[in-house]
Order: sequence, then C-alpha cells, then structure tokens
Amino acid sequence: MIPLKIVKRDDLPRNKAMLIRIASVALSIAFAGLVIALLGYNPITIFTSMVKGALGTKIRVQQTTLKAIPLLITSLGILVAFKMKFWNIGGEGQIMMGAFAASAVALNLNLPKPLMLLSMAVAAMVMGGLWAFIPAFFKAKMGTNETIFTLMLNYLAIKFVTYLQYGPWKDPAAQGFPKIATFSKEAILPSVGGVHMGWIIALILVVLVYVFLNHTKKGYEISVVGESIETARYAGMNISSVIIISMLLSGGLCGLTGMIQASAVEKTLSASLSANYGFTAIITTWLAGLNAIATLFVCVAFAILVQGGNYIQISMQVPASVADMIQAIILFFVLGSEFFLQYKVTFHKYFKVKKEAK
Amino acid sequence: MLVGFLAAAIIAGTPLLFATLGEIFSEKAGHLNLGVEGMMYMGAIVGFIVGLNTHNPILAMLGAVFAGSAGALLYAFLTVSLRVNQTVCGLTLTIFGEGFASFLGQRVMGSIVPGDIKSFFVARPIPLLSSIPYIGEIFFKQDVFVYFGYLTIILATYYLFRTKKGLNLRAVGESAAAADASGINVTLYKYAHILLGGALCGLGGAYMSLVTVPVWQEHIIAGRGWIAVALVIFASWNPIKAMLGAFLFGGLSILGFRLQSMGIRISQYLIDMLPYAATIIIVIISTRKNKKEDMPPADLNNPYFREER
Amino acid sequence: MEPVIAIEMKNISKAFGSVKANENVNLTVFNGEIHALLGENGAGKSTLMSMLSGIYTPDSGSISILGKEVEFSSPKDSIALGIGMIHQHFKLVDVMTAKENMVMGSKGIALRGKQLTKEMQAICDRYGLDIKPDKKVYEMSVGEKQTLEIIKVLYRGAKILILDEPTAVLTPQEIKRLFAILRNMKEQGCAIVIITHKLNEVMEISDRITVLRRGQSIETVETRDVEVSRLIEMMVGKKVDLALEKPHCCQDTPLLKVDGLYVSTKENKHALEDINFDLFPGEILGVAGVAGSGQKEICETIAGLLPAEKGRIFFENANILGKTPRDIIRLGIRMGFIPEDRLGMGLVGSMDMVHNMILRDYPNQPGFFLRRKESTKKAERLVEQLEILTPNVHHPIKKLSGGNIQKVLLGREIDSNPKVLITAYPARGLDIGASYKIYDLLNEQKKRGVGVLFIGEDLDVLMALCDRIMVFCGGKMTGIVNPEEITKEDIGLLMAGGSLEKGVQS
Repeated sequence: MIPLKIVKRDDLPRNKAMLIRIASVALSIAFAGLVIALLGYNPITIFTSMVKGALGTKIRVQQTTLKAIPLLITSLGILVAFKMKFWNIGGEGQIMMGAFAASAVALNLNLPKPLMLLSMAVAAMVMGGLWAFIPAFFKAKMGTNETIFTLMLNYLAIKFVTYLQYGPWKDPAAQGFPKIATFSKEAILPSVGGVHMGWIIALILVVLVYVFLNHTKKGYEISVVGESIETARYAGMNISSVIIISMLLSGGLCGLTGMIQASAVEKTLSASLSANYGFTAIITTWLAGLNAIATLFVCVAFAILVQGGNYIQISMQVPASVADMIQAIILFFVLGSEFFLQYKVTFHKYFKVKKEAK
Repeated sequence: MLVGFLAAAIIAGTPLLFATLGEIFSEKAGHLNLGVEGMMYMGAIVGFIVGLNTHNPILAMLGAVFAGSAGALLYAFLTVSLRVNQTVCGLTLTIFGEGFASFLGQRVMGSIVPGDIKSFFVARPIPLLSSIPYIGEIFFKQDVFVYFGYLTIILATYYLFRTKKGLNLRAVGESAAAADASGINVTLYKYAHILLGGALCGLGGAYMSLVTVPVWQEHIIAGRGWIAVALVIFASWNPIKAMLGAFLFGGLSILGFRLQSMGIRISQYLIDMLPYAATIIIVIISTRKNKKEDMPPADLNNPYFREER
Repeated sequence: MEPVIAIEMKNISKAFGSVKANENVNLTVFNGEIHALLGENGAGKSTLMSMLSGIYTPDSGSISILGKEVEFSSPKDSIALGIGMIHQHFKLVDVMTAKENMVMGSKGIALRGKQLTKEMQAICDRYGLDIKPDKKVYEMSVGEKQTLEIIKVLYRGAKILILDEPTAVLTPQEIKRLFAILRNMKEQGCAIVIITHKLNEVMEISDRITVLRRGQSIETVETRDVEVSRLIEMMVGKKVDLALEKPHCCQDTPLLKVDGLYVSTKENKHALEDINFDLFPGEILGVAGVAGSGQKEICETIAGLLPAEKGRIFFENANILGKTPRDIIRLGIRMGFIPEDRLGMGLVGSMDMVHNMILRDYPNQPGFFLRRKESTKKAERLVEQLEILTPNVHHPIKKLSGGNIQKVLLGREIDSNPKVLITAYPARGLDIGASYKIYDLLNEQKKRGVGVLFIGEDLDVLMALCDRIMVFCGGKMTGIVNPEEITKEDIGLLMAGGSLEKGVQS
C-alpha cells in the first residue's frame, strides 16, 4: 500500500489556494511543452508565437475578442443553470435554436436596422429559452434527469439546422452548394472599435448576471434550490417556477449567443455555427468556480488559447489538433488541481512510526 | 430487401453496441463518462494506424483497446483518485480524443484499409445458424467482429447478473460506501471497469475506421459516442437491451439513404433526429414509471471518499 | 480459565483536520463478553470503532486482534480477521435483495441464488433471526434492515461484532429481541462491542463498560460494580442533574385542531390515516413511534409543505389545510418548524448564518433586490442570546458543531415569536449538555403559551418532557396517553400497533 494519507482540508487561506492554482497552470504548461517537444516541435517557439498570435497586434487582439464573446455569453447562461445545480449541457442546442430564430427573422422580415436587430435578439432569446424550457419543465414536474435530456436536445437542434441548410432553406443562388442565404445589411450587428458590438453586450451581461445572482431575491432562491431542494421547499419557495425561470434565462443567454454569431460572424445560419461553444462554456464556467466575474477572465484566457492555436496553425503549419490537445492537457491539470484545494496529501505518519519502532 | 436492410443495420449498430456496453460498465461503477466520443476517436485512429502498418486485424484491434483504455485511465485517475467533476472531465476527454485522432490522422488522411484486413472482416456465414430463414440472413451472415459483439453481450450479461464480481460492481455504483463496508475494493472496481469501458469504446471506434468506413477521414465517429451515452439510458443499463437499441439506432442511421434509393424522398437529417428524440422519450417514460430497478445507479456522479464525515 | 483477549487497542489517536476525534484511547475486549462503549455524542465512539472496521486509519497507536498486531488499510482487511460492524446508518444497497446484500463482497465467482437462500436460512435458524431472502431492501422496515446487517456480518463468519447505536430506531420490544440475539451470540463465544449513550440499556446488556469523553478513554468498569450516576459523571466529566422540569400546563381552547387527516405520498399510499388530535397553548405534545410511522408527514402537513387527501387542520378556528407556507405566513399565523434533517431541510449548510436568517426574512422584503442588513443584525443577536459558538456570522454553518447548528435553527424559528412550534428530533446527535439546553428552550416557549409538537425517539425524554404523548404506528394514531399513568412498555406496545386499556386519553 502506498503510504499516502489524504485528509479533507478545513480551510485553505486564499493566498495558498491561489498558489496551488498558479502552480497547476505552470505545471500544465510545462507538461504541454513536453508533449509538444515529443511531437517534434520547439515548445518555447510554439508558446511564444501562441501569445503573439493572440495578443501581438491590434487585429489579433480583435480576433481573440471575437472568440471570447460567444464563449463568455454562453458561460453566463450556463452559470445561471449551474448555480441551481441544473446540469445544462444543452448550450449547443440553445445556441443553434437561438441562431435559427434570429435567422428566421432576418431572412423573412423587412425591418429597419435597429428594429431588425432587436427583433432578432428577442426571437433568439425566446427560442433559446424555450429549448431550455423543455427539459426544465420535465425536471420541475417529474424530476427527469436533465443531463441527458439537454445533451439530446443539442443533437436535435444541430440536425434540424442541418436539415434546413441542406433542404428547405438552401440558397438557390449558391449553385447547389448547401448553404443558407446571407443576411441583408440590416441584420448585421454593427462594429464598435473594430469588433462587433457583442463585446459590449457581453460585458454588460457579466455585471447583470453578477448582480442578479448575488443581490436579488430570485438569485438567492436559485442558490438555495441549488444547495438543497428540501430547504427550498421548507422555505416555501415555488421550486418549479425557480427552475423554469432560471432555465429560461440560461437558454435565453445561450440563444443570444446564437443570434450574435449568426448576425455578426457567420452572417447567415449554418450547422457549424455553435462550434462547440456550448461544451467549452461548461468547462470555463466550472473553472471559474461558478462566479460571473471570474468567468470573464477564464473565457478571455480560453480565447487566447484558441486564437493562439489558430495562429500557429497558419504561421507555423502546426495542425490545429495540436492546439486542441494543448487545451485539453491544460484543462486536465487545472481540473486535477481542484483536488489539492480540497484535500491535503501527506505521507502516512502511522507507517512512519511503525518503521521507527522496527 | 428488408432482410438486407436489417443485416446492414446490425453492421451500422455494432460500433454503438461496443461503445454503449463500455459506458454501461463505467456507469455501473458510478462514473458518467462523457468522453465516449473521445475514446472512440482514440481507438479509431490507433486501430487504423496499427492496421495500416502491420496488416494484422488482431493487432489493430488490440491497439484500439489500448488507446481506448489509455483515455479511460486518464479519466479514471482524475475522477476516481482526484475526484474531479465527472461531466467536465468527460467533456475534456472528448476534446482531447478528437484532437489526438485529428493530429495522428493527418499523415494517414485518405488512406485505405489494407486488403488483408478487409478480407478478415468479410461476412462469414455460420454453418447451420445462417440457414435459418430470415434470422440466419440477418444475424449469422456477418463478419467476425459482429459475432464477437454478440459474444461480448452474452458474457457481459452473465458477468453483471450471475457472478459475484458483477454483483460487487453493481453495489459499487449503487452505494460506494456500502460496497466499501462490505469489503469490496471500491477504487479497484472503479478503475477496472472504467478502463474496460474505455477498451470497448476503443473497439467500437476501430470498427468504424477499419470496417464501416474503411478509409481514414476527419470526424469519422460523427457523434456516435453521444448516441451511445443516450443508448445506455434507452437500455436501462442492461446489455441485452443495449444490443437491441444499438441495432435499432444503427438502422435509423442508414434508413434515410435506403428510403431515398427506394424513391421515398425524406431527408436523412430528419431521420437522424429520431434516435435523439427516442432517447428523450425513453428518459421521460422511465422517470414516469419510477421503477427503482430502472433508475440510474444511485451513486452515479458522486465522488467517494472513505473518510468523509 | 483466563479469558481470551479479542480486541486490544492501545494509544489510538485520530484527528480530522484540527478536530482530535480520538486521543490515546485504550480498549480491551474479551471473547464471550458484551462490552459497552459509552459516551456522549461526539465523544469519539464511532470514530474508534470505524478504525477497528478499517474505514478510518489511525494516526498513531496499535490494534491487536486475538493477540496479533494488525494494520488495516481497508474494511476488507478487517472483515478477513472476523470483525463485523453494523453501522448506525445502514450500509445496504437499496435496489438489491436481502441475499444479494448478504453475499456482496464475499469470495467466489458464481452467484447461486438457491444456495444463498439456504445459507441465509441456516444463519437465521442458528441465531433465531427472521428475514425474507428475496425481499428488496427498499421494501424493508428499519428492524428488518438491521436484522439483515447482522446476518451479513454473521455470513462473513464474524467472531467480533460491533454495533453502532443499534437501538436508536427500535421499539422496546424489538430491542428485547435484539438483546436476546446478542446474548445468544455471546454464548457462542463472540466478542461484542455495543456503542450507545443510553444508560439503562448499558446496564441491562453489558458485562463491562468503557467510557469515552472528548476523544479520550476515561475508564473501563465492570457493569455489576457501577452505579448509573457514576457513569453519567464519567461521561460528562462532572455531576449533572438530569431531572427535566415539567411546568404545569393550562389547557383551555385548542390552538391547533387536526381532524380526520389523511395523507398519501409518492412512496407511501397510507402515510397518514385518520389522524385526530388537539394541541393546546402552553403544552408540549409528544409524538412517539418507530422511525417512518408518519412523523415526518404530520409535521410537513401542518407546516403546509405536504398536501392532504382529506381532513381539516384548524389554527385558532381557521382551516389552514391546503394553504402553502407562504399563505400561512400571509394569514399572520406564526408557526415555527424544526425539521428532522437540519442541514438538509431547515438550513443551507454551505451558507452562513446571515443567509440562513434570510431564508425566513426574504419573502417579507419588498422589491426585487435582496437586503442583508436586518438579517445580519438578527444573526448577531442570536449569537449573543443563545451563546452560539462561531467565528463570526459569515462562517458556513455546516462547519459548526451539531449543537450550535441546532441553536441557529431553533433560534431563527423562536425569533419569529411562533404560536405553534413543531420540532422533529430536536436533540438528536447532540451531547447531554446541548440536549438539555434545547429542552430548556422548549420549556421556555411552553411557559410563554406556545403549543409545542415534539417528535421524539428517546422514550425516557418523551415521558419526562411531554404533557401528553401521541403514539403513531404505520401512519395511524394508536393512542394519546398521559405519561404519568403508563410505562415505557405500554408505549412500546402502542408503537407496535397494539392497544391499551389504561391511561388512554383522547
């Protein structure tokens, strides 16, 4: 038997916790470097060019911001659900359905720009919210497991959009290429400072979600339901309504991501629009410790990683998959380090005493 | 016509069968592993590369077993020993597995499975059994890997419900604390079955790259790992039902093209929605019935720490 | 003949973080004896036994079994040496049958159903036990579950048996049967350790007693040479007066009137059947019954958390049945409820005192935003009034001791000046000092004219504290009795579904 003793920590001073977190990130980068070296690349050049590629010039910073926006808004949506311990892993589907609703508005209505964008956003949030409402309803009324339910709804949404793209919504002007028509100018989000205005929306939402969760009665109810359904029942809360409201909000935020991506990035609807943001957001939300402000920083860090990965792919001919693997390795380390925040590992005194006795 | 379709459904369902069975083992040990897709990718690429270089189907499959369980080992270390959140860890494993396959796959992109392997996986009718009308045509004129699938399901069922080890495994998933107090080595059981699950997912992936598609291409697994996760619920953690579900969903995945070839115009993309919709309905129905035996293992997703007070 | 030493634990220490659960504890148990491990809640009894069963590993010290020094790294090692432990919270798998639970973890490959049934029958016959081999655990009563735990331990050939608070959930009659089984096993040479804090049971069953206090072993004595008062002194560390005050109660018009109440839940179709009783101002009405006889349901129905099938509940002549907790507050009815599961229902463990006060305060706050100021003041006031030990009011309450957690809950509920106070097992898991503090607080409420519904499990306490005792069995009320006029055995009879001639009131 390994003479290790694992003890649950009572309380960890903040600076020590910070130290463990920093150490884990440093270790993960070192390990990722080792992997890169094994794959036959120079880790130092790879890392420096990743940073350069993400932050080196104004355009690259803009590119990084572009990656951070959808991730951040989706993470905020996921956060509202996770606070209630509702495992919404349906972000992908909610993004898709939001994008679908926004596209339906953009492609079929003829409105002046501000009104158009507003209707698209509202439609997207309602649709994303509804897509999240379905599992929330069944969870609230019947206690149905939401993890699998939301996961399945992702695929329904993606397949549905694929169907539209290859079928009824296929652009006849695209000469047989399976794509949906590009939006008109009225349906495209304006830029502010070189990046579409989604970044302003995202920052406002960080503050709103933070205040909502920490300083409102509804936010308090969400936390209580998350900690203990029985206590919420005892306190006379209407649990079904708390679940449904917070999931409408969660799905609504994800839906908004869909609208922003369709309007400002893709400028149309496509089956690859959600680009795994719904899944990545689960990881970022978790790493941020379910805190809205921390989510901002984690998402930016993540965007740097993604943008840096894209950059080395172009500039150094390193396959994108290497960046994916680096991402995963860093994640594994940071996730693993959570253990050391909660438990203390020491060599077993009991066995030491035994040895001395002999 | 129908017989041909059903026989093809079995081939399409075989990767799902292995992956679903793998996830059943993992969940019976109390671990929801959402890294099935990633482990299938790892098995698919390693199996493919080994096959390409050795021309040996057995070695290729062993390579896939190794790759799948390596991915599972990572997951097991993080979730069992370090008690990391299972959902997040599984998702990360999927990202990792896809990246891993995509990276290794660069050099073999578009390569075709060697002839000796292809010929190993041709249909080999089983004498007597294959002459049963209809049944024989559908089930017993398949390749060896499909037969291996039947065998695995039978063994898994026996193991889970007729042996003490299987009973112990179910106890671990239902209540790790009770299992531990009964003298069951909880950590060992968890590791062993998460790894076994990974190995089976790897096999399912390799069947995709070596037999179903026989060419290496990006996104070869195409969400089958997620269907497997859904199938586990569909099958209420029962290997036999998992097999039926896998063949059913396999059939659905090829139904659209069949119908189109018959002149019925219906989009495959709409049919593709059916397995997911079916799973949702199953999830709802099983909650409604509220039968304790059909519920997920009670300790699923809970980390276990013996000295927890 | 020299008795054989079955267990010898020397200088055992074990700490959880900064809490020293055991410090240099010594214990010696002989074959063929029933040894009681006596101590208050939190004295370290369960921790000590968990080290003997391999659940915890000691920080230092040595354990010898039958004269041989051993080291356990898991329960498996302990089982292999013939040690079997029956935990207070049963370690059984709900969806499995009795025989599956019995065999799990044992050696071998094939699972042979018929043979297992036979083996189970053989054990039952030998020790006079009774159980259905194919019954699922989730269908079993508490008593059956305990029998199954005992069979499980015997099946593994245990010669050393440890029982952690085995009588806590049993009726007096079931306790008698359990004791008969234990005596039978003792005759067959087993060593038995029984953990308890109930003195009368210790005196009845044990041969020797080891007392633990604050993690240390105080003394080991022969049962026949010791007085109860001396044991209490050893447990608590000082002489204590255990007499409970019972202020006279004046009954006039009922405060709460429950009339023909029927409740069914998802798990239990007949959770409550035809319940009728009155609760008067200034009285403590006790509720006795085996765990799961409908206690939880009656509390929750009165508090408005559980819908009833039919019946009426009058609060000062207004029918409150069918009203939600929010409605009840809005009607100006002041009711306090201390649920059985404090951290899981009455409080939020991971939140601090302030946010646990908010749980009651926030519905009355106007507007959209959460106000913390008033609740912070209330929390600070309670800390002072009830002498709650906490670093500050912003400390997660689950890190407080059991007694302090209960003070937070009771304090919050009393602070709203309730007219009716519903309390379920308010002293469970608390040490003697803390328990009596809680009883005093309840008596204080009674003197103020509050009607208290007291769900209890310790019949001695129920009889000493309550003005009347209502007995439940399987969701039915089997009688309301005056504790002055009957015995504990009479209550036990009612708990098992019997009926009485004397002392019954309506």
